[in-house]
Amino acid sequence: MPRETLVGTRIRERRNLAGLRQAELARRSGISASYLNLIEHNRRRIGGKVLQDIARALDVEPAVLADGAEASLIASLRDAVGDRAGGVPELQRVEELANRFPAWSRVLNESFQRITSLEKRLAAASDRLTHDPYLAAAFHDVLSSVTSIRSAASILSDTAELEPAWRDRFHRNLNEDSARLAESSQSLVNYFDNTEDAGIGITTPEDEVEAFLQAHNFQIPAFEAETSSEEMIQVEAGKMRSAAARFMLESFLKQYWWDVQALSADRLIKAVAEFGIDPLQLAQHLLVDVTLVMRRLASLDENQIPTPVGLVICDASGALSYRKPVAGFAIPRFGAGCPVWPLYRTLSAPLQLFQTQMTYSGDQRGVYQSYAIAVPVTPSAYNQPPLLRAYMLIRPVALSKSDAKPRQQPENEQHTRVGVSCRLCVEVSCAARREPSILAEGL
Amino acid sequence: MVKHVLIIEDEPNIVEALSFILSRDGWAVSLHADGNDAVEAVQRKRPDLVILDVMLPNKSGFDILKDLRDNADTQELPVLMLTARGQNKDRVMAEKLGVSRFMTKPFSNADILSAVQELTLC
Repeated sequence: MPRETLVGTRIRERRNLAGLRQAELARRSGISASYLNLIEHNRRRIGGKVLQDIARALDVEPAVLADGAEASLIASLRDAVGDRAGGVPELQRVEELANRFPAWSRVLNESFQRITSLEKRLAAASDRLTHDPYLAAAFHDVLSSVTSIRSAASILSDTAELEPAWRDRFHRNLNEDSARLAESSQSLVNYFDNTEDAGIGITTPEDEVEAFLQAHNFQIPAFEAETSSEEMIQVEAGKMRSAAARFMLESFLKQYWWDVQALSADRLIKAVAEFGIDPLQLAQHLLVDVTLVMRRLASLDENQIPTPVGLVICDASGALSYRKPVAGFAIPRFGAGCPVWPLYRTLSAPLQLFQTQMTYSGDQRGVYQSYAIAVPVTPSAYNQPPLLRAYMLIRPVALSKSDAKPRQQPENEQHTRVGVSCRLCVEVSCAARREPSILAEGL
Repeated sequence: MVKHVLIIEDEPNIVEALSFILSRDGWAVSLHADGNDAVEAVQRKRPDLVILDVMLPNKSGFDILKDLRDNADTQELPVLMLTARGQNKDRVMAEKLGVSRFMTKPFSNADILSAVQELTLC
């Protein structure tokens, strides 16, 4: 039922809340009871003076009766219910629900928001517990120590006449393993303490580097300045706590610094204003490599370009070495991404630039334009295939299913449905699925 | 006749405890700590039973088990697999590859002895 036709319903609700009889409200509003009856049953449209008089008699703002529940509440309810599998047959009556039961609707909406938030936290935690190599190694260490302690303690306790040499050996083993267990346990406690907030903590070198990049919004403005120098790389990398993280960040920053020397932000922004976010056109216009354009686009402030961009980089094994997410398109922190991503397709067709429109199978089902290419990173050598690195630039086309429809597909472009990774994807029947989803099929 | 067990495990203190309890029980025990040449070690030493860890350096226990089952000489050899990974999928994988018994760490000495005795009953 359209919103404007529900004014009568809202008047009836308010009158009942105020404990007024229909005749009394009609009298206070200066209209007949039969006319108010027609209004309350949405059989007469009202506005202007009559609406104001009724609102005054009910001691509410006219807008409350005219507009009803907030549009954002209705939109939020529609999105939340619409995302549930199979939808709800009465979805078209969500407006009526929000208007007739605003308080209940708010509770329902808050519950949906909380479910969504908890699902995201669960997904992040599950992703980490399943794929985090640090956790796997730490648990293995704890269980091995416990096994050894249990066996040695049992031998010492159950063997009546244990030779002194064996006894000393098992005492020594107990001492070693208990120290190892204490260390592993403390390390795990620290790990989980750090991950308390959002399943994210600074415990591995990858985490350290990622935290640095996120804190800097994937940009190093100091490198763009004319006074910048290569020594700044060491200064920034030196902020990492572990040697492994320093090495990883230094590699990233070296590439970043050289990219800035090869293509300044100002030059790129001017070209984007003319050609839009199309890496191929930009590379051709600027006479630079397309992967340089992708990396530089990902390092620009979102306010400097028409739409934000994300970037994913992987090596020939498919391991992700760089993850800059873009609104609505999640990228797994651990393990491999979605096998359907064009990123992986490029590895079997090096130097071919793939332009693919992707519909994301997440909550929002956003549509994204991707540009992906795999390029050699080692010089040519006789009888040796080059090592490859693959890039995928991601640009949102429409952020929400209610926001806009995908644009018309150009002839030389492909369309594909993608997710974040099998474990966190709701596309149950996907041919590329390698493991069940915790979201679609339960834990 | 003394029966022979080969322990393929890289945790030295676990190896020591297993060696002790099996030796006390009358077994001849030999050891191997690396995944890479574990299959060769089995073929060379010809044990009556193998205790095999899953997470080994260079080659996993699953790969070693597969190689043993693919080889006619070791197809029927009893293999007791030990793992710190107690996930069901690991158990399913081990059973699919033909493991004789699958035990998760931490285990008790009594359980190990009992499993070894059951697996070598003729």
